[in-house]
Amino acid sequence: MFPLPLREGAGGGGCRTGDPPGRTPVRHGISTAMSPTPAIDVVDLTKKFGSVTAVDAISFSVPRGRTVGLLGGNGAGKTTTLSMLLGLLLPTSGTIRILGEDMVRHRHRALTRMNFSSPYLDLPHRLTVRQNLDVYARLYAVPDRRARIAELAAELQFAPMLDRPFGELSSGQKTRVSLAKSLINQPDLLLLDEPTASLDPDTGDWVRTYLEQFRERIGATILLASHNMGEVERLCDDVLMMRFGRIVDQGTPDALLKRYGRDDLEGVFLAIARAETVP
Amino acid sequence: MDAAVRQLAPRRAGSAAGRIFAVMLRHLYLLRTSWPRILDLMYWPALQITIWGLMSQFMRTQSGYVAQAVGVLLAAVMLWDVFFRGQLGVAISFLEEMWSRNLGHLFVSPLRPWEWVAALVLMSLVRVIIGVGSAAVLAWLLFGYSILDLGLPLIAFFFALIMLGWAIGIAITALVLTNGLGAEGVAWTAAFVLAPISAVYYPVSVLPGWAQAIAWTLPTSHIFEGMRSLMFTHQFDWRQLATALVLDGVWLGLGAAAFLYGMRAARRRGKLLGVGE
Repeated sequence: MFPLPLREGAGGGGCRTGDPPGRTPVRHGISTAMSPTPAIDVVDLTKKFGSVTAVDAISFSVPRGRTVGLLGGNGAGKTTTLSMLLGLLLPTSGTIRILGEDMVRHRHRALTRMNFSSPYLDLPHRLTVRQNLDVYARLYAVPDRRARIAELAAELQFAPMLDRPFGELSSGQKTRVSLAKSLINQPDLLLLDEPTASLDPDTGDWVRTYLEQFRERIGATILLASHNMGEVERLCDDVLMMRFGRIVDQGTPDALLKRYGRDDLEGVFLAIARAETVP
Repeated sequence: MDAAVRQLAPRRAGSAAGRIFAVMLRHLYLLRTSWPRILDLMYWPALQITIWGLMSQFMRTQSGYVAQAVGVLLAAVMLWDVFFRGQLGVAISFLEEMWSRNLGHLFVSPLRPWEWVAALVLMSLVRVIIGVGSAAVLAWLLFGYSILDLGLPLIAFFFALIMLGWAIGIAITALVLTNGLGAEGVAWTAAFVLAPISAVYYPVSVLPGWAQAIAWTLPTSHIFEGMRSLMFTHQFDWRQLATALVLDGVWLGLGAAAFLYGMRAARRRGKLLGVGE
């Protein structure tokens, strides 16, 4: 059994080895829920690939307007969880409701209101930045495409590059354009997988600042999977810690720092990754 | 604005036609800026027409059979390319998404799978028109043969052949979705497996008995038999066309079933986010 002390309401995704079947899932209600319908509501979500359990009966709920970090080491189940939230991956069991919609049955109702960015996906390289954004603006039925693209190009500072092929951009420029793609429909829910991976510190900081401003201005819900602890500490209201496919702890960054007696989230991450007990 | 109490603004759902056009536009933008892709669409049909055109000219002086139907080989080459390019057109548009790692973005957008397939099919039509259209112009310029001489039945032949191409292209899409880019080679070779039993250049009757049984399950055999009947006897065989269309329906059904299975398998195995080797 994982040695972290399991607090009330934060225990092992409600699925510790040896738990009896038919148990009541433990819900990780993130902070104060103020909206009747949470942006994300996950109950007893499990994904198995053959004999491997990638996500093990996790349950959590994210109220609208919050920024939540999904933390965990490689293979913890973050990307698998994100894929299921996006409807790209079918769960083995459990339920997912995004903005009130069942993602297994009615994912397309929710997909108009959400978006996603990941360094593991790309945009067609031969198309210009404008053409790429135009295609996605049409897919999301954005009302005034030209104005929206111009607005994003100004905000994310790539206006001079609009008519250049996407493949000719630097990594930092590509990241900004990918971010623009994920904001093209002004999403109510934004899922970000490693938004600053492989960026230099300056560009990474620029992206984080932009996301802070975006969150304050729009009030969208953001779920952020990251290995960058500084980023999570800076951006997130709450953090879900994953290990071996389970949510092993959760709380605000400050609460986690206090609980583990660390100065930064990296210390908390290492404590959890190395399965230390709370001092 | 208070983030926590932000109300969801009403959204335009958008139309299926708009989303289908968006995916087509993505491929049209690509074709417009990539002359090697345009050249690739026209190169093989043009080469085939040149080779078979010269062969026809030679045979016209040697063989009474071919002399009866001027252009029978050229018509066969062009109609075969309708099927082959139709199949390849679906598969290539799909593979372009895989090669550019764009598939995940498409599937987290409001685009429905059937809309995506519709866009692939329409792009296949565009590719066939570019490829086979240029070959038809070349046949007219070099050999004085116009495929339009087939008259209205040409339209029926065209759609009966391209529908089989779509069915197989859609099935290949499913295969690559579930097995990754390792299965890409099938896209290039699938049509050649059917070529010997499709009666493109010779009648079904020359095939061995067992091969004839298979050949008659293919719309291509009926269409090429119908084409020869039209060219040799100037009679349009409605029965062959009707049989071909019924078989097209069956093949499209099988292609759609394979696609639905492939999509579900890809969603079950997590292949949509990062399809690779």
